[in-house]
Amino acid sequence: MVGPSAFGLALSRRRFAQGAGALVLSFGLRSRVGLAQAAPAKLPGDLDHDRRLDAWIKINADGTVTVFTGKVELGQGAKTALAQIAAEELDVALGRVELITADTARTPDEGYTSGSQTIEYSGTALRFAGAEARQILLELAAQKLGVPVERLIVADGVISAQDKPATVSYWDLVRPGLLEREATGTVKPKPAARHTIVGTAVERVDIPGKVTGGVAYVQDLRLPGMLFGRIVRPPSPGAVLTALDEAPARKLPGIVAIVRDGSFVGVVAEREEHAIEARTRLRAGAQWREQDSLPDPKELEAALLALPSQPSTISQKGTPPARTTKTLAARYARPFIAHASIGPSCAVAELRDGAYTVWSHSQGVFPLRRDLAKVLNVGEDKLRIIHLEGSGCYGHNGADDVALDAALLARAVAATGPGRPVKLQWMRDDEFQWEPYGTAMVTEIKAALDDKGMIADWHYEVWSPTHSTRPGQRGGSFLLAGWYLDKPIAAPTPVGIPLPAGGGDRNALPLYDFPSQRVVHHFTEAQPLHVSALRTLGAHCNVFSIESFMDELAAAAGADPVQFRLAHLQDPRGRAVLEAAAERARWQPHEKGDGSRGRGVGFAKYKNLSTYVAVIAEVAVDRAKDTVRVVKATAAVDAGQIVNPNGLTNQIEGGIIQATSWTLKEAIKFDRRRILTESWADYEILTFPEVPAVDIVLLDRPDERSLGAGEASTGPMAAAIANAIANATGARVRSMPLTPAKIAAALG
Amino acid sequence: MAERLTITVNGSARAVEVEPDTPLLYVLRNDLALNGAKFGCGLAQCGACTVDIAGKATRSCVTTVGSVTGKPITTIEGLGTVEQLHPLQRAFIAEQAAQCGYCINGMIMTAKALLERTKLPTEPQIRAALADNLCRCGTHNRIVRAIQRAAKEMA
Repeated sequence: MVGPSAFGLALSRRRFAQGAGALVLSFGLRSRVGLAQAAPAKLPGDLDHDRRLDAWIKINADGTVTVFTGKVELGQGAKTALAQIAAEELDVALGRVELITADTARTPDEGYTSGSQTIEYSGTALRFAGAEARQILLELAAQKLGVPVERLIVADGVISAQDKPATVSYWDLVRPGLLEREATGTVKPKPAARHTIVGTAVERVDIPGKVTGGVAYVQDLRLPGMLFGRIVRPPSPGAVLTALDEAPARKLPGIVAIVRDGSFVGVVAEREEHAIEARTRLRAGAQWREQDSLPDPKELEAALLALPSQPSTISQKGTPPARTTKTLAARYARPFIAHASIGPSCAVAELRDGAYTVWSHSQGVFPLRRDLAKVLNVGEDKLRIIHLEGSGCYGHNGADDVALDAALLARAVAATGPGRPVKLQWMRDDEFQWEPYGTAMVTEIKAALDDKGMIADWHYEVWSPTHSTRPGQRGGSFLLAGWYLDKPIAAPTPVGIPLPAGGGDRNALPLYDFPSQRVVHHFTEAQPLHVSALRTLGAHCNVFSIESFMDELAAAAGADPVQFRLAHLQDPRGRAVLEAAAERARWQPHEKGDGSRGRGVGFAKYKNLSTYVAVIAEVAVDRAKDTVRVVKATAAVDAGQIVNPNGLTNQIEGGIIQATSWTLKEAIKFDRRRILTESWADYEILTFPEVPAVDIVLLDRPDERSLGAGEASTGPMAAAIANAIANATGARVRSMPLTPAKIAAALG
Repeated sequence: MAERLTITVNGSARAVEVEPDTPLLYVLRNDLALNGAKFGCGLAQCGACTVDIAGKATRSCVTTVGSVTGKPITTIEGLGTVEQLHPLQRAFIAEQAAQCGYCINGMIMTAKALLERTKLPTEPQIRAALADNLCRCGTHNRIVRAIQRAAKEMA
C-alpha cells in the first residue's frame, strides 16, 4: 500500500523536490494559460479555457440549441442555471436549450465542478459566448433583411426589424461551421435590467425525471450485456493481502471474473446479487497483514499538532500594541467528517477494442482521465469519460475511486473475452470506510482587547492536512485502487491549494479590520486518514473558530455579538447581511438565553471573495434528556446578481442543514488500526424531526457578479450554533461535534 | 437455485427467474428495469429503496422477492409519469423539493403510505413518518412542504 496514511510522513521530505507548482488543480489550467507565451487577450470566465465559440454553443437547424459545459450537475441545479444563462443571452426559450455536461469527447475542459464556481466560470463563458453567437446571427440577418443590426430585435430565435413585417430565424440563418471561430469576448452580455430568464425561479430541468423513476443517475445506466462488479477492500488502510480462498465464491452462478492484483480484489458476475454474495465469500476467505497506522482518536488534536508541517504566515500587519486590557486564547477543532452520500459511489466501465469508456459521477472528468491513463497504463486518447449524475457528493467522495475500480474490472473481463460493460456500485461500508473524508483540523486563536473593548491584536494559527487529493495531480495518482496493485501507482505528495481560495487556510484570514494581526497556516503533508475536498474545505472550521471567538471576545468586552462584529467590519456588503439577518430574526442587543434556549450569530464572506452569509441560529438544549437541537436558522445572503432565487435558497438552506448535522453530530469513528464507521448506525446524521426551520432573506445585487452559494452557509451556521449553545447555557464548546456530553462537561 | 416466480408490480404480473432469497430491489432494478427504488445502504437504514407492498412502505433492499409473490407491489413508476403525475410527484416538483434527488423515491413512497393512513397529517406527524428516511442535501423542509401540499390536494 502506498497511500497517503502510510507514506505521508516518509514522503514529506520530497515535497520540495516534486513540489509546489507541479500541482494541477482546478486552477491549473488557468495558470497554464497565464504562462503561455504571447498569450492572446484573456477571455471572460472559462471561455479562456476553450476559446472556440462552437465548443460552447451550437445552433441547430431544427430549432434547438445545444449548449456544452465542462461543469456537471451535482444536484445543485447547475444544469438549470446554465441553461437559463444561455437562453437569456441568445434570446431563445429555455425549452429549446439542450445542455451537454462534462464528456471528454464533447465538452470543454473546465477542470472540476467544485468550490461553488460553476456560475462564475462556466456561466460567464456561456454569457459571453451566447452574446457573441447572437451578434453573429444578427449580422447575417441584417444583410438578409436589409436592416442595420441596431434596429433588429429577437424573440425566441426569430429576428425582425421593429417596423417591417419580414422576419428570419436563427434556424434559417444557421449553416455548418457558422460558429467555428475563436471567441472575441467583445460582445457585451445583456445588462441585468433586460433579463427575463436569468433571475427568475424557473423549475429545475432534472426534477420531473427524479420523481418519476426516470433514468437520472449513473446508477440507472443499463447497457446491453452489462455485468455487475463488487470490490473486496482490505479491513484497514494499508493492509496487505496474504491469502485468498476463491473457491466458495466461484461456486456461485454466473461468476465471470475474480480479479486479484496485489492487494486489490474484485469480482464480476452476471447478476448483481451474486456479485454481492461473492464479495461476502471472498471477504471471508481473505487473509490480510494489518498494521496500526491511524492516530489515537482520543488524542486527535495532539496528533494533528504533532505532524510535521510547513508554517506559512499568510497575513501579518500592524504591530501588537504595548498596552491591552484583556487577552483571550482558545483552541478549536473539527474531527474527520464523511461526505456520506446517500447513494454509494458508482461507475460503469467498458473496454472494447483497446479503448475504455467510463460513465462516472466524478466532479472532473478530464483530471480523472489523466489519472486513469496512468494507472491503466494507456494513452488518454484510449479513454473517454462521460459524466452522469450520482447521488449528491458535497465534494470529493468515492466517485473517482469507483471509476478506477470499474475500469480494472472491465479490463479483466475484456482479457478473457469480448469486452462487456461492468457496473460497479460500492456497498455502504465501502463508501464510509474508503471515501476521502473532510479532514480534521485544529486552530488556535489569541486576541487582545483595548480599553475601549475593541480588538487590538489578533493571532490565528491553523493546522490542517490537505483538502484536495483529487485526481489530475502530478507525480502519482490519488486513485485508491492504484495504491494496492501488484505494481502500485503511489499517491503523490499532496500540495496545498493557494490563497486567495485556500485549502486549510480557506477563510483563515479574518474579515474584520484589526489594527494588528498575524495568521499562520500549518500545512501538514501527512494525512492521518485519507482525506480530500469536502464542501467548504477549511472554511467550515476556520469560520467556526473565528466566529466563536468573536463571541467570546464580545462577551469579554461586554458587547452585543452583532454590534461587536459591526464595530470591527467595514465591508458594506458584509455589514448589510449582518444587519439583514439581525432584523429578520428580530435580534435583541444583549439578548440572553434562559438556560436551555438561546441564539447565536455567525458570519462570513465565503473564501473571503465570494458569497456573504450571516445566520442566526436558535438552539434548545435539554439537559435532562441529554439533547441539543437547532430549532431555527435565519440567514441573510448576498450572492451578487441572483440567477435563480429558488435554486439559491435551496443551496443556502441545504448548506445550513448539512452544517447543522456536521456540527452537532458527525465524526468518523476509528481506532489505531481500522475505520469503525461502516454504516449509518455508526454515523448518525440529522433526521427529519431534528431539522431546523430555515428562513432566508436574499439581498439581490443586480449589478454585481453572480457568485456561487453552495458552500457559503456552512461555516457561519457552525459558529452560530456554538454561539447559541453558549448563549443558552453558558457552555462554550470548542471542539466539534457539539454534543450534549461536551455541553455537560463544559458546564462542569 | 433460480426459480420462475411471478410478482405483481404496478398492476402487472411479471415473471422473473431468480433465487427466491434475492432482495426485491435487485429484481426491480435489474430484471424489470425500474429505476425508482435506489440502493442506498442495503441495511434498511436509509429508505432510498422504499416501495409500497400492499399499502405498506417497505424497504426493498431487505425484502426477499420470494416473500412478496402474490402481494401488490407499487413502485414510484406506478404512481404516475411525467405526463400524468401523481399529486405527490406534482407537489415535489411544485416545491422544487429535491437537490440531488437520490433519496426522493423513498420520501415519496413513504409519504404515500402515510397519506393513506392519515389524510391530513400535521407537520410533526410527517417528520416522524420520515424519521428513518435519510436526506443528505438538506432538502427536508421542502419535502415536508411538498407532502403537505399533496395532502391538501388529495384530501
